[in-house]
Order: sequence, then structure tokens, then C-alpha cells
Amino acid sequence: MSDLAAVADERLAPRSTARRLLGRPELGAVVGAVAVFVFFAFAADPFLQWSSFGTVLYASSTIGIMAVPVALLMIGGEFDLSAGVMVTSSALVSSMFSFQMTANVWVGVGVSLLVTLALGAFNGIMLVRTKLPSFIITLGTFLMLTGLNLGLTKLISGTVATKSIGDMEGFPAAHDLFASHWTVGSVDLQVTIAWWLGLVAVATWVLLRTRAGNWIFAAGGNAGAARAVGVPVARTKVGLYMAVAFCAWISGQHLLFSFDVVQSGEGVGNEFLYIIAAVIGGCLMTGGYGSAVGSAVGAFIFGMTSKGIVYAQWNPDWFKFFLGAMLLLATLLNAWVRKRAEATA
Amino acid sequence: MTTTTDTAAAPLVALTDVSKSYGNVRALRDVSLEVHAGEITCVLGDNGAGKSTLIKIISGLHPHDSGSYAVAGEQVRHASPRDALDRGIATVYQDLAVVPLMPVWRNFFLGSEPTKGRGPLRRLDVATMRGTTRAALLRMGIDLRDVDQPIGTLSGGERQCVAIARAVHFGARVLVLDEPTAALGVKQSGMVLKYVAAARDAGLGVVLITHNPHHAFLVGDRFVLLKRGTMSGSHFKEDITLDELTREMAGGSELDELTHELSRAPAAGAPAAGDTPAADLPAQDPPAATDPETRA
Ligand SMILES: Nc1ncnc2c1ncn2[C@@H]1O[C@H](COP(=O)(O)OP(=O)(O)O)[C@@H](O)[C@H]1O
Ligand SMILES: [Mg+2]
Repeated sequence: MSDLAAVADERLAPRSTARRLLGRPELGAVVGAVAVFVFFAFAADPFLQWSSFGTVLYASSTIGIMAVPVALLMIGGEFDLSAGVMVTSSALVSSMFSFQMTANVWVGVGVSLLVTLALGAFNGIMLVRTKLPSFIITLGTFLMLTGLNLGLTKLISGTVATKSIGDMEGFPAAHDLFASHWTVGSVDLQVTIAWWLGLVAVATWVLLRTRAGNWIFAAGGNAGAARAVGVPVARTKVGLYMAVAFCAWISGQHLLFSFDVVQSGEGVGNEFLYIIAAVIGGCLMTGGYGSAVGSAVGAFIFGMTSKGIVYAQWNPDWFKFFLGAMLLLATLLNAWVRKRAEATA
Repeated sequence: MTTTTDTAAAPLVALTDVSKSYGNVRALRDVSLEVHAGEITCVLGDNGAGKSTLIKIISGLHPHDSGSYAVAGEQVRHASPRDALDRGIATVYQDLAVVPLMPVWRNFFLGSEPTKGRGPLRRLDVATMRGTTRAALLRMGIDLRDVDQPIGTLSGGERQCVAIARAVHFGARVLVLDEPTAALGVKQSGMVLKYVAAARDAGLGVVLITHNPHHAFLVGDRFVLLKRGTMSGSHFKEDITLDELTREMAGGSELDELTHELSRAPAAGAPAAGDTPAADLPAQDPPAATDPETRA
């Protein structure tokens, strides 16, 4: 017994604080965020003004709200390519149901929540039933929703946009909840920033301090092992898709109540921005590793880059280049982390 | 050896004439075995003999097609690993043992996490989880400084030991181990076998799957031999020697032939080398057709 303990000891040198830090999924993203911040601080004068800060945070939050559940889903080992258009679907359902069926926007908001959660459940149940890759399932949902968004909107409204619901009952309150903003000093803060930070906090709590969080990591890290010790892997995955749907509902309501009309073709391509934010934030594409805070840092990098390029008065084409380069760097870093973490003696 | 039961209580696990097919592959045919408390039942067989299939039936991952499966005398049919776990049957799979990227303490409690608090504040009892993991491992002689390290950074032997410690901690009555020493060196195998024996001494019934008769003979009380899905032998430790076990496992007369062939090969090969260029080949080929004696 004692000699075995000694063998174990000499092999397991205590991990220094630096090594511990290096093991955090967010590390790469934080380093990247600092670099991007310093870069634009020099390259674009208006970038350091407080008013710009509010703008950057707003841009970050619109991606960040969705990046949170997409990161959880990725930790759970799956993708959702329908997340971008689902936001639009959610906004369209809310708007059109309110307009066609009632005079109160809250009814539409409620119906939209149910419909969007059902879409998430559909993705999840299809995945666990068919055992097909989530890439295929959600690609199918993505295409179907893209078509439905355009087709149904034209059929019901006659145009590609919905009718304005700005004068309907309940609009001001719903606007306050989903699309209001406050001015603090010279900084204009959108309510989405609060939603975003709240979601990050809740997701972090769930991931690190609840059974569900343990199951999410296990479902993505080794689904077979998880199932073998009694983890409800299928239920966990369906739950994750419904979390994506819930956040798509929040984003969709923001979209609706900040403009009061919805363009039915919107949202296509955003699913990749969410995934990119999650990956830059340290989520492994293969699952089992990542964090909600990382996804927030990834979304913040997105916000800084998209607005920084505007403040620097560059051609916005460069934005995609930056995003691509950062994605590659982050993925390389992640691969290295995984190799370290999975290395066996 | 601990000869506690046999006559008194019903065996913890009793399989009788169990069969299982994967489509048209008959992986298992009419296999029977018993597991008693404080005893180790070894299942031996070559690759593809059906060992993993057998334990997947015991652990509830696959239902059996025919035959009977009783746990403590009660007929059962497990629908999922959860069912088997609830009856006290814990399994350490060859390929499904741990989630490598998760910390040791999270792996240790995976699927059975203790919580505290109520309602939305219900949360993992992290302090207990960390402390218990450390203590449970220490009790088995594994001293980890850092239960926060990803379990993938442990050695193969340590990982098996964590999985065994986990099963013991959660009050398993039957511990099923699928080739726990397969990928390990001598020293690490010894460490794992020691913990298997420790689990037995703690009163568990153990099913140890292996294709190594030396490992089996060191700790086993009963031996079940599988060959291409059928049971080719079933023995008590008292009734068999290591040599007999090894012989029987490798297929008795087949092994004789092989021993014969191998010991003679260099001697027969040397003079033949000069004859023709083609004469080099037979010595390396499998026995039957190219046997020099059949040509002579
Ligand atoms: N899921 C499966 N589907 C089809 N055939 C399988 C499956 N699992 C195992 N087999 C087959 O069943 C036989 C027994 O396999 P297995 O129980 O894994 O053997 P062992 O563990 O003794 O090496 C093999 O011929 C194998 O190819
Ligand atoms: Mg096997």
C-alpha cells in the first residue's frame, strides 16, 4: 500500500498556479481579447471612448446571448445549425400571432416561447431517436426554418417583412423587457447586456455546480461511459437543444421589440457566429470541454472586432478575415490543450 | 480462500444457458456462470470469444435472447445499466470506463452526484465530492495530490483503480471488470489485481474478464472458459492447476501442437535453408500443410 502511494506521489508533481491557469478553457480567449483590445485602442481613436464601450457591449450581447447555450450544447457534444434562423422564426411567430390573432403582444410572446421550445425539442428528439449526426439533423431544420420563415411570412403578410405591432397593447412593457436601454454617464447600455450577463452567470452555475452540468460534460466527453454509469444522456441533449431554443426566443423578442417589424430573411449565417464565439471561448468541437464564460469572452472579441473595424474606418470586409484568423488560432490552442489534458502515462 | 457460501444463500448472480446474437452473429450460446459474495469468478477466452458480450448482458447494456438471469435468486431482465446499478451490479468497461477530460472527483461521482440545498439552489456538494473521492482512493492506496486533474492524465492502472474504488464506494454487491489488465504492464497489472482482491475481501462478488490465465489464477475462485461464444469449461480453483487452465484456454491439443511446432522450428529450419530458396518459407508458415514431415 505505502509503496504504491509513494509511486503515485513522485509521478504527480503538484500543479503550479500557472499550469492550473493554463488548464482553464477561457485562457486563450482572454489572451485574444486583451490583444484585440490593445490593437484597436491604437488603431482606432474612438475605440477608447466610453460611448463606444456601450456599442461594443451591445454588439457582443446580441451574439453572446446565443453563444451561451450554443457553448453548452457544444460541451454536450452537439451542434445546432438552426440556431440563427430560429431567432428569426421566434420573432416572426410572436409578431404574426399577435397581429393576426389578438390585440395583445404578450399572447404572441407566450405562443412564440412554446413554438420555439418545440423547435428545440424537435431537434433534440430527432437527434437522440435517429442517432444521426447533429450536423445533419440541424442542417435540415435550418433549411426548413429558412423556407418557412420566408414562405409563411409572404403568405400571411403579403411581403417579406411583418406588419408593425408598435401600437398594440402590451408593446411598451414588452419593449422594456426585451429592448430597452439606460444611459449611465455617457454610456448607453442595452437591456440585452443584462440578459447576456445573466445567462452567462446561470449557465456557469449550471455547468459547474449542478448535476445537469456534470451530465453535460460527460455526455460530450464520453457518452458511452456516461450512459454506463446511469447518466440520462438523451434527456440531457434534448434539454440542451431546448436551452438553445429558449435563448433564441429571447433574441427573437429583442429583434421584434427593438424594431417592431421583422425581416423574414434575417438570421441566416448567425449560427456560425455563435459557434465561433463558443470555439474561440475554448469549447472543443469534439465536446466535453469548454465554459460559458469563455463563450462570453468569444462574443466580446466578436463585438470589439466588428465595431473596432468601423471605428478604424476600415473596409468591413476585413472583419471576416479577422474572425477567421482568430477561429484558427483558437482551435489550434484548443487542440494543444486537449492533447495535454488527455495525455496518458 | 474465502469459501463462505456455495450451499447457503442463492448466488449474487446466476446465468443459466444464456444466449445472445447480434443479427446473424451468434456471439454467445448457452453460457452459465455463478457469482458469489466474497468470490472472484473469472471469465477467460480469446479475442472474440464473447467475453465482452457476456458482461454487457450482466451489466444491463444488452438484454439476453434466451436462458435465465437471476440476481440473488430473483429472475431479472435489465432494460438499462441503471437497472443493473440499482440491483447493485457495477461494471468497469474496457472501453467505457471514464470521461477523460473531466476531473477525477467529477468522474468518481458521475451519475450519482450528491447535492445540497433545495429548489433552484440545489447544487453539487463539491466539498464532499472532493473529500470523499480523496478518502475513497486513499483507502485503496491511491494517493492523488490533486483530485482536480482530468482523469485522462492518470495512468491506465490508476484509472481502473479509480473505477473500482468508485464501485466499492457506491455499495456495489457485484463488481464486473472487463479486461482491467489488458493494456497494462506487469507492475500496473499487479496494482489492479490487488484492488480487485481488496474488493473481494470487502465482500463483493467479482466477475473478472481476462485473456490472461496467469492473472486469473492469481485471484480467481471459479473459472469459466469461453470459446467462440460457447462455454468450453467451468472449474473451481481447487480442481485445476495453472498449467491446465492455460492449456484449456488455448485449446488444449492446439496448444500442444503449437508448443511442438515452435520448439522444433529453428532445428528443422536450419538444414532446410540450403535446399531450395522456397524451403525458407515453410518454417515461418502456419503448421498443417507445410509441415516438413507431410512432405517427406
Ligand atoms: N455490437 C456488435 N454487433 C455485431 N457483432 C458484435 C457486436 N459486438 C460483438 N460482436 C461480435 O461478437 C463476438 C464476440 O465479441 P466480444 O464479446 O466483444 O468478444 P471478446 O470481448 O471476448 O473479445 C465477436 O465475433 C464480435 O465480432
Ligand atoms: Mg472484449
